[in-house]
Amino acid sequence: MTRPRAKHTGKKRATTAPTLLPKCPTGIQGLDEITGGGLPRGRPTLVCGGAGCGKTLLAAEFLVRGAAQFGEPGVLMAFEETEKELKANVASLGFDLEGLVRRGKIVVDYVHIERSEFQESGEYDLEGIFVRLGHAIDSIGAKRVVLDTLEVLFASLPNEAALSSELRRLFRWLKDKGVTAVITAERGREQLTRHGLEEYVSDCVIVLDHRVNDQIATRHLRVVKYRGAMHGTNEFPFLIGDEGISVLPITSLSLNHKVSNERIATGIQRLDVMLGGKGFFRGSSILLTGTPGTGKTIISCNFAQAAARRGERVLYFSFEESPDQIMRNMHSIGLRLEPLVKKGLLRYLSARPSLYGLEMHLATMFKEIATFKPHVVIIDPITSLMDSGSDSETKGMVTRLIDYLKAGQITSLFTSLTQGGHALEQSEAAMSSLMDSWILLQDFEGNGERNRVLYVLKARGMKHSNQVREFLISDHGIDVVDAYIGASGVLTGSARAAQEALEKAAVLAGQQEAAQLKREVERKRKALDRQISDLRSDYEGEALELRRIAEQVGTRTLMLTTERNALGILRQADAKVVVSTQIKPKPVRKNG
Amino acid sequence: MKPVSKPVKAKKVSTTKLAAKKKSPAPRSASQYILRLFVAGASARSHQAVLRVRELCSTVLEDNCTLEVIDIYQQPALARTNQIVATPTLIIELPAPARRFIGNLTNINGLVIELNLSTKVKIAP
Repeated sequence: MTRPRAKHTGKKRATTAPTLLPKCPTGIQGLDEITGGGLPRGRPTLVCGGAGCGKTLLAAEFLVRGAAQFGEPGVLMAFEETEKELKANVASLGFDLEGLVRRGKIVVDYVHIERSEFQESGEYDLEGIFVRLGHAIDSIGAKRVVLDTLEVLFASLPNEAALSSELRRLFRWLKDKGVTAVITAERGREQLTRHGLEEYVSDCVIVLDHRVNDQIATRHLRVVKYRGAMHGTNEFPFLIGDEGISVLPITSLSLNHKVSNERIATGIQRLDVMLGGKGFFRGSSILLTGTPGTGKTIISCNFAQAAARRGERVLYFSFEESPDQIMRNMHSIGLRLEPLVKKGLLRYLSARPSLYGLEMHLATMFKEIATFKPHVVIIDPITSLMDSGSDSETKGMVTRLIDYLKAGQITSLFTSLTQGGHALEQSEAAMSSLMDSWILLQDFEGNGERNRVLYVLKARGMKHSNQVREFLISDHGIDVVDAYIGASGVLTGSARAAQEALEKAAVLAGQQEAAQLKREVERKRKALDRQISDLRSDYEGEALELRRIAEQVGTRTLMLTTERNALGILRQADAKVVVSTQIKPKPVRKNG
Repeated sequence: MKPVSKPVKAKKVSTTKLAAKKKSPAPRSASQYILRLFVAGASARSHQAVLRVRELCSTVLEDNCTLEVIDIYQQPALARTNQIVATPTLIIELPAPARRFIGNLTNINGLVIELNLSTKVKIAP
């Protein structure tokens, strides 16, 4: 029993020790991330911005979410719009203000004040507002208060000195009441608000902005000031969608997604081989850059087809071609995508990049991804989107998108159209750092033709090929072949074919030469043999001659001895005859 | 909102609801003028405004008016229904059109002129 108690108190101490500023969560997507938990609790926050930037909406969402999600009733004091108008306006964003009012969670008090309807006579104070606000707060036990455009008062009440002192009192009073207040104000030319409201509300100031760049409007939010707390000071794009405001806090995202070791094939065998033999990692981000007409879409579609054939869902955002056009074009290289589309595995979504702003594109993408739950997302090309925002904006957007996809272990393929004529690597340097793999497609011009080559520029976490490959697009799809690398550079296309022919001819010539040499040697050997046999027959003849001569000499000696013997007999000599007779028979036999 | 018939000059401003009406239940056109004054408590401004309006009722309007003094501290809901922003606020409901005056009515002449004009138009024929 005692142990858990001790633990509990320990924990409590740990959390309360640094006496952080208590915060009031807004429930608005992204805003709580930027502000580190919400608006300062029990203090007023100023939200200023020009017309149409969503001040009222932000304030209304703060109230509605507070009442619906955090159990904090709220009071909305509206100076510009009537209760009816407000209800209708926020209903279009999915907020049930009317229901909350009916259930006593929110009180809407419309303050009607019209300059033409009254005359000023002497001194006055704004006790009417205090009383109304106090009454409304007390009636439902409100924790949140919104004053939507107090500045209407400045337009209506001419005595500015009296007004400013009253406003000062009002904010003091709000603080004393302990309610978290949001005060909206119109943006001024030289200062944050037209009437210097920021002088009174100094705890937290949020500036909204609606800018048009190249005909595309984007809303931005910036926390200018947040007394006593760390906050993101950057400008963050935000958008107003079906579910209210969502701020895109790009820089506050953390890098801690889970990774997969699974590899997925690209649909092109040789490319898989180039990528360490197995293809991309699941959940990685892939960049495919290339000049126009280098086959980015074809590789993307191949990838899509390969994934869909494995039974994975593929979501293909196309910003250049319509789905039908892509499918027709892919027919020409033998890719049949319709069956996969019909099966619901492959889904094409086409939109013009200029249709709406960057953040709206992002929001629609998020929504589509959330509903379709794809395994692979292809964006073709990401560069079209980049035209609708500045570099940093688009980089932020891509970061956000990649993070979102990575968190869901969705493999993403981005194609990027680069302009010819300058270093490809440089042009995409900013975006490439976000990518895990980068494949570069390029045109090689020479010999009156253009040929496509492909490199794997980088592939994080795998041993990838460092070589240039030529890739051919035929009726049967893509074929990646080795390119020749010679003294004059990389050879592709017909030059490669010519080189191949040249090498074949050289081999043939070599073979012929060898055969020739072989014949020559053979002939020489035969000549040598002939010579040897000639010499031998010469030798044999001479040896025969020698023997004949020897025999002749033998017979002659024999005859001589016999004659001498006969003569000896005749002369009656006593010399031995036996020896000579022994020698005799041999040459006789040979002769015979 | 509750017009209580009481002599105009009889009472001083109190912290509670102030109500004043013409002297006696008039036999003739009961209330040609209907005035409502919203004040916030017993502040100096409230006091001044109440006094001045009463003065106006008893002199210029010759008690031909119904004056209702409402303390919004006591009846905060009325502040909302009557769209009160500043205090004191004097609403001249009748004769139409309704007009509003904010402040402690230091410029009572302006108010008189405004009313006189309409009174003349109304009363003269």
